[in-house]
Amino acid sequence: MQSDDVIWSVINHQFCSYKVKTATQNFCRNEYNVTGLCNRQSCPLANSRYATIREHEGILYLYVKTIERAHSPAHMWEKITLSNNYSKALEQIDNELIHWPNFMIHKCKQRVTKITQYLIKMRRLQLRQEPKLVGVKKKLDRRETVRERKALSAAHLEKSIEKELIERLKSKAYGDAPLNVNESVWQAFLDREKGDKGKGVANELEDMVNDETDEELEEELEEEMDDWGSREFVSDISEDEDEDDDGLSDLEDVVVRSFDQGSGSDEDGEDGDSNEENSKPKPSTLGKRKAPAPKA
Amino acid sequence: MPPSRFEPSIIKNKIKREEIANKNKKAKSQDKLQRRLARAKLEANDPTAKKKRLSTNVPRTLDNMREFDPSFLTADPSSSSQTQDGPSSSPGEPAYDENAEDLASDPFAAYFNSEEDPNIPPKVLITTSPKASKPTYEFCDEIVGIFPGAEFIRRKKGKGFEVGRIAGWAAGRGYKHMVVVNEDMKKPNAITLIHLPNGPTAYFKLTSIELTKQIYGHARATPHNPELVLNNFVTRLGHTVGRMFQTLFPPLPEFQGRQVVTLHNQRDFLFFRRHRYAFRSPEKVALQEIGPRFTLKLRSLRKGIPAVFNLAEEPKGLEFDVDDLKSSVEETLDSDENKQNASEAPEKVIPPKQDDYLWKWKPELETTRRTFFL
Repeated sequence: MQSDDVIWSVINHQFCSYKVKTATQNFCRNEYNVTGLCNRQSCPLANSRYATIREHEGILYLYVKTIERAHSPAHMWEKITLSNNYSKALEQIDNELIHWPNFMIHKCKQRVTKITQYLIKMRRLQLRQEPKLVGVKKKLDRRETVRERKALSAAHLEKSIEKELIERLKSKAYGDAPLNVNESVWQAFLDREKGDKGKGVANELEDMVNDETDEELEEELEEEMDDWGSREFVSDISEDEDEDDDGLSDLEDVVVRSFDQGSGSDEDGEDGDSNEENSKPKPSTLGKRKAPAPKA
Repeated sequence: MPPSRFEPSIIKNKIKREEIANKNKKAKSQDKLQRRLARAKLEANDPTAKKKRLSTNVPRTLDNMREFDPSFLTADPSSSSQTQDGPSSSPGEPAYDENAEDLASDPFAAYFNSEEDPNIPPKVLITTSPKASKPTYEFCDEIVGIFPGAEFIRRKKGKGFEVGRIAGWAAGRGYKHMVVVNEDMKKPNAITLIHLPNGPTAYFKLTSIELTKQIYGHARATPHNPELVLNNFVTRLGHTVGRMFQTLFPPLPEFQGRQVVTLHNQRDFLFFRRHRYAFRSPEKVALQEIGPRFTLKLRSLRKGIPAVFNLAEEPKGLEFDVDDLKSSVEETLDSDENKQNASEAPEKVIPPKQDDYLWKWKPELETTRRTFFL
């Protein structure tokens, strides 16, 4: 003998495994519940006459339960396939649930609407390219931060940059009268070099070296160094590519695409302007950056 | 036969055991200290002894004991050139030629062989992932200052604004590079660097960002073209990344600016720094840091620009072979003429349908602690 009221009083006051209590509201986790809330009217267990809508793989079904089948749980729910056409589906519900309380019919129709809406959205999303969500791997991140820290300390960044710059200075990559060196420092460097050349007489380039220590033919010195040095330095385009990637000098040696035009042409013009600027860091930067205002 | 040592662990009394153990430890460290002091004294008088000791006692580090992944992109370059030297008469020449050919045909060759004014900076387009937040915009601000020729454009959200599509438009408008700063949890976490006309795209993980204002005693940047220092790029993959980075900057640096931008590779981490330098003597340089510092780690390198999956597109209609042959021949002729005539009007760059990965980082590639790829 089925008594809905008794069932409801037990479920509501004592225990219902489908009930989810929250601060404001109670929800029902039963799959056959039309509204998803825990109410007297919406409880599928406490109503012998009940109807729901469920969706499986894009097809909507109307499930109907009547009191006549309450004794056989295996056949309790009648599954009716609804048409894919939204308005036809609503008509179908009207026809199947004719003479049922308005609450049931209304809630079923609402559910049909909601389900069709989310199905449409799913189909549309499939066609778009969504940003790919990649999981954050905590262990990986932790491991890599430590490795990064160790790599940073192993890198000795400032030392290596300083070494590289000194190498470029020494190999005359900046040309005869470089714009980025203080006059006194450059003079000291040249003097030191002359001193070295004077001492290193015994080796191959004896005569040439002797001649040049008297004159200030630094261009020829530069070419000598190029012959046994591993880089070629030239002005204009190619020259400065070499300077830019001395870190890749092993590759650059190889590619003979630079032409010896002598280093004088570009830098001579700038010498006059920038002699004063060599000594100090630029006093007025004019506060201007090359980047224009961001375009919206 | 040496006498067996007396181990303090034999003593059962904890207090006494601890006492003896600590005394032993202290004696050991004192002994070591005395030895070191004596050695330092000797070496203060005799620098060659120190040199000798240092040269014989080279410590083994991860960088010394590096192992290379055997694939082509990440293999040890010196070993490959050695194998080629064998059959050839002149050592090193064939290896060099192959490298040279590779360099001549790689996507960055245009930068190195171009006849344009080397002072003109290549145009760089900088944007973010959709719906970015303030820290990302601040970082993008800094980046715009790093690359002369950079422009920031806000990324719009929507269907037609995928990265690949935007890259196509940018290529059409003469940009040479595109930088997309990706954001996660209100912080920039990755950078996609796309070399524009059909170039490779590199995806880096971005960490340890320090903005200019956070660096104590930072120098002020000027709009001069900086010099570049690219350290420690060994393998082919490393060279590609290094060259890619190089093409972001104008070929001719302005030495008066005395700014140097460094990308230093250490154990697959690329450390980016920007300094202002001043030579104090022929042996000393003073460096003052300008600008942001961040670390990059290469995660993947794709061949073309990023793919756009247009799933809503209708499939192309059937075409029959006969017509295709003729039209394809005509097309190639036309395209050749076009290339000769209009280098100023670049062809439309269409993003590919699928991503073609040249290299992708996977955890299983790191077989040992000493394996690095760049």
